[in-house]
Amino acid sequence: MTTSDDQVGAAVDTAYREEWGQVVATLIGLTGDWDLAEDCAQDAFAAALATWRRDGVPRRPGAWLTTTARNRATDLLRRDAAGGAKLRQLAVLTRDPDEPPMEEIPDERLRLIFTCCHPALPFPTRVALTLRTLAGLTTAEIARALLTAEPAMAKRLVRAKRKIQEAGIPYRVPPADLLPERLAAILAVLYLIFNEGYDEAEGDDARRALTAEAIRLSRVLVRLLPSEPEPRGLLALMLLHEARRATRTDDGMLVTLEDQDRTQWDQALIAEGVETLDTALAERRAGPYQLQAAIAACHAMAPDLGSTDWPQIGTLYTELARVAPSPVVDLNRAVAVAMADGVPAGLALVDELAESGRLEGYHLLPATRADLLRRDGRVAEAKLDYEAALKLAPTEAERRYLSNRLREL
Amino acid sequence: MKYVLLICDDEKVSPSNDELEADPVHQAWEADLERRGAELAGARLRPIVDATTVRVRDGETLVSDGPYAETKDFVGGFVIIECPNLDDAIAIAAGHPYAQWGGVEIRPVWE
Repeated sequence: MTTSDDQVGAAVDTAYREEWGQVVATLIGLTGDWDLAEDCAQDAFAAALATWRRDGVPRRPGAWLTTTARNRATDLLRRDAAGGAKLRQLAVLTRDPDEPPMEEIPDERLRLIFTCCHPALPFPTRVALTLRTLAGLTTAEIARALLTAEPAMAKRLVRAKRKIQEAGIPYRVPPADLLPERLAAILAVLYLIFNEGYDEAEGDDARRALTAEAIRLSRVLVRLLPSEPEPRGLLALMLLHEARRATRTDDGMLVTLEDQDRTQWDQALIAEGVETLDTALAERRAGPYQLQAAIAACHAMAPDLGSTDWPQIGTLYTELARVAPSPVVDLNRAVAVAMADGVPAGLALVDELAESGRLEGYHLLPATRADLLRRDGRVAEAKLDYEAALKLAPTEAERRYLSNRLREL
Repeated sequence: MKYVLLICDDEKVSPSNDELEADPVHQAWEADLERRGAELAGARLRPIVDATTVRVRDGETLVSDGPYAETKDFVGGFVIIECPNLDDAIAIAAGHPYAQWGGVEIRPVWE
């Protein structure tokens, strides 16, 4: 049987997205050698393109790819004297790729993601290593997506793999006492990947695609840790943000929640986000991601700004400030209070924050204050704050939004 | 894996050996090492006022007073341990009393 080239190409692409992390994770588990694992995974995908054209797409592409990569590792290690010990371990496991293994291949990706996000690695390195080994992005793609030069990114990845080996970072799922702290580190990495893509309003597709990568990796994490609610909370949060993405900018200008075209929000993503969140909340262990997702759900389900459940959002922000204190959370809570209890109550909280100096230089402090003053009809004061925000705003989309507001006053 | 733990602080708190022996945190740390059978060697170091640094430049031996690096924190002791991986080394390091006001640097032994 021969399969058309198009079909095979598509099957390999799908397998690449779905199986790359799994193949690499298994090979690292078997050989302990990260570079070897990546090289062999790469070879297996190249072999798939040729072999599947001839023999058809196997029933279980993942098993085929893992076995092929494993055989490739055996070949490479055989040529290398130092590979002897590793080879003995592998030899038992080598199979003919045409014969699917009888037992299920255990999912090793959980070990891989915990290792990639180990706190002994610098944070930007954890992000890059996760994108490389789990998501299968090339070094060039990662460099482009994270706005780094490719040689610098390559060096960072080499250094990371060397440190894992030389410092003895274990390839494992951490024991229960370390799990909460280490899981939080993973979620931070995934959320950063998402935000890197989400903040790219229009333009660079490599960066925009990071939101999809982050969602995909979060889905994997949810599957691998089904009893932990926070990965579900994070997935729900991403889905709810993603649902509104298309309406966040208009022709390069930021569009705030108030003016977004709600008919354009993706209802399927919202429904999935809300359902995912409900499953998480049923565990009754609400963490910062579940709370943020709950806030996003309040917005996503409101038909317009006025009928949003602001008192509920205020309560959620109060709870969020308790579990994950941050001045940005306090600022958001002030907005919810303004919408629920009137502008003066919210303004008082904003002024309190401004006096504390904790948000010095943060453009959303004057921008938020300006917005509240505008709602209260205090035009002259609003103007001054919009001008202050304009000087601090980091992106073109935000600067255009703020100048537009200024003009409208 | 073998690691050297460099026990560092700014020398502002400088307990005597007897005081350190009597510190319950230090006792717990010693008990933890004993239980794990992890310690290969270790020593407490005299403060930096007693340190001497030697450099050889162009064949000339330069001797100077004080520590090698001009930093805020100094190595006040070291322990060589053997344990399965970095997570165990982190757990051991976190138990040292100096970790609470100074810091413990974990350096894998280059073998």
